[in-house]
Amino acid sequence: MMVDIYDFYDKMERNNIMLSFKGDITSELLTSILQIMESKLDTMQEEPKIKKKVYNVLVECLQNLYHHMDEIPRSLNGNASTIEGEIIRSAIFMIGKLDNQYNIITGNYILTQNVDHLKNRLDEINKLTKEELKDYYKAVLNNGEMSDKGGGGLGMIDIARKTGQKLNYHFMPVDDTYSFFSLNIKIAQ
Amino acid sequence: MERIVIEGTPKTPTISFDMASGNLEIRGRSIPENSIEFYKPLVEHLEKYAQKPQSNTNVNIQLEYFNTSSSKCILDVFKKLEAIHKGGSAIVINWYYEQDDEDMLEAGEDYQAIINIPFKMVEVAE
Repeated sequence: MMVDIYDFYDKMERNNIMLSFKGDITSELLTSILQIMESKLDTMQEEPKIKKKVYNVLVECLQNLYHHMDEIPRSLNGNASTIEGEIIRSAIFMIGKLDNQYNIITGNYILTQNVDHLKNRLDEINKLTKEELKDYYKAVLNNGEMSDKGGGGLGMIDIARKTGQKLNYHFMPVDDTYSFFSLNIKIAQ
Repeated sequence: MERIVIEGTPKTPTISFDMASGNLEIRGRSIPENSIEFYKPLVEHLEKYAQKPQSNTNVNIQLEYFNTSSSKCILDVFKKLEAIHKGGSAIVINWYYEQDDEDMLEAGEDYQAIINIPFKMVEVAE
């Protein structure tokens, strides 16, 4: 296993990473991550207001990953698979606190054909003022549409609204079919 | 007429609906990944209650967190109540929020703007 563990440790330490995970995103995993984070926020004695905001945004970021990440063939990850066409749901998530600001970073594969649609959504949300976000949220809430996965189209709007920040994203092409989507959410006090 | 109690879990709230007294309570956290499944029984019970509601229906919502998936389902619950209110049952929705939790207060105000039922915003100490 060619891993420079000190290099990893050092990077995480310098970015003050509190928790990170790379792997299969399941409902049980989300429950565990949320329980760990809640406990950490309690220990850090954060103001209830900040604790709630961070927790809320975390729930939405993680559940976005859970609902929207695309499955990829295991071979894309550079792992040889003995099973023909084996697919996985693997993503990366990190949360850190630096300079009184929380940073939540998620990364997942996405079908390149889905990139434009997502990018447009994010850009649309980023154009809105605080008041416009509120109205947009209420409009989508009330439109009665619900995906079969239980998403409502509200996650990103809610994140933008609660953080008051632009959604900071990046799409990186991996091959003809797949890209890697990363999202960086800041929660400032 | 029945009384339904759904016990809370780390991700889902406690729901208590007493059809005989017209009391509905939703308390705790609502953050399941797919909330449609979770709220389905309550919505079905409300449809049943709508056929013969009490003259007064009292609704208490006290949530610590709810995710966007739940917010749609909670709206569905409110819409069922709105129909019952239109049918003649007096309803008040008491929306509880913790002191300083502006996000939760704002969420209540969002619903208040959409739903035609009197809402009461109730502040509680942390």
